[in-house]
Amino acid sequence: MSDLISRESGPTVNPQHNDEPEKGIVVDMLRRGIKIVPAWLLISLLVWGVDGALSAAYGVALIFANFLTASLFLTWAARISPAALMFAALFGFIFRLGALTVAVIAVSKISFFAPVPLGITIIVSHLGLLVWETRYVSLSLAYPGLGPDNMAPKKFKEIK
Amino acid sequence: MIDLLAQADNALDGLKAVGAGLGYGLAAIGPGVGIGLVVGNAITAMARQPESAGMVRTTMFLGIAFTEALALIGFVVFILLNFA
Repeated sequence: MSDLISRESGPTVNPQHNDEPEKGIVVDMLRRGIKIVPAWLLISLLVWGVDGALSAAYGVALIFANFLTASLFLTWAARISPAALMFAALFGFIFRLGALTVAVIAVSKISFFAPVPLGITIIVSHLGLLVWETRYVSLSLAYPGLGPDNMAPKKFKEIK
Repeated sequence: MIDLLAQADNALDGLKAVGAGLGYGLAAIGPGVGIGLVVGNAITAMARQPESAGMVRTTMFLGIAFTEALALIGFVVFILLNFA
C-alpha cells in the first residue's frame, strides 16, 4: 500500500518508529527555522538596524548550533547506555551553556554586537521553534494516525 | 574627590559583573535539577517499556529543551547586565 502513495513533503519525526528521534526533531526544527529566519532578520533590520540584524543572525545561529549539539550528543549517548544518556544530558547542558557564554563573550568586542536583539532572538527563536515542534510531536504522540507524516499533503497515484 | 567617584564607579561595574555572573549561575541550577529529573524519569520509563523508547526519547528531548529555556533566560539577563 505504501508504494502506492508518494508524499510531496512533511516533517520527518515519527516518534513511534524512529531510532534517532532527537535528530529527527532537530532536522524538523532547522527546516522550519530556516523558513522563518529571513522574516525575523528583516524585522530586526527594521527595528534595530544592520547591527541588530547581524546580532540576530548570530543569535539564531547559536540556537541552531545548540539544538544540533544537543541532539548529536544525546543520540550518541543513547546508543551506549542509559548511564551515558544521563551523563550526556547533564554535562551536555553545562557544556552547551559554557559554549554559548564563550561564543557571546568572544563577539562582544566586535562593532556590530548588539546585546538586546541578540538576547531577544535567543529566547524567541529557542522557545518559538520548540513550541512549533511540540505542536506536531504532541499530536503524533497522542494520535499516531493523525501524526504530521499522515497529515502532510499526499499525492495518490492512480490505480489502474 | 574625582578619584573617589571613579573608584566608586569601578566598584559598581565590578559589582554588576559579579551580580550578573551570580544570577546566571543561580539561573542554571533550576534547569540542571529539572533536566536531571526529566532524564531520570525517561530512563525509568525506557527500562520499564523498552518498546516505547522512541516515544520516551522524543518527549525527553523536548522536555530538556524546554527546561533549558529557563537557563537561557538567565543567560540573556547576564548578557544584558554585562554588555547593554
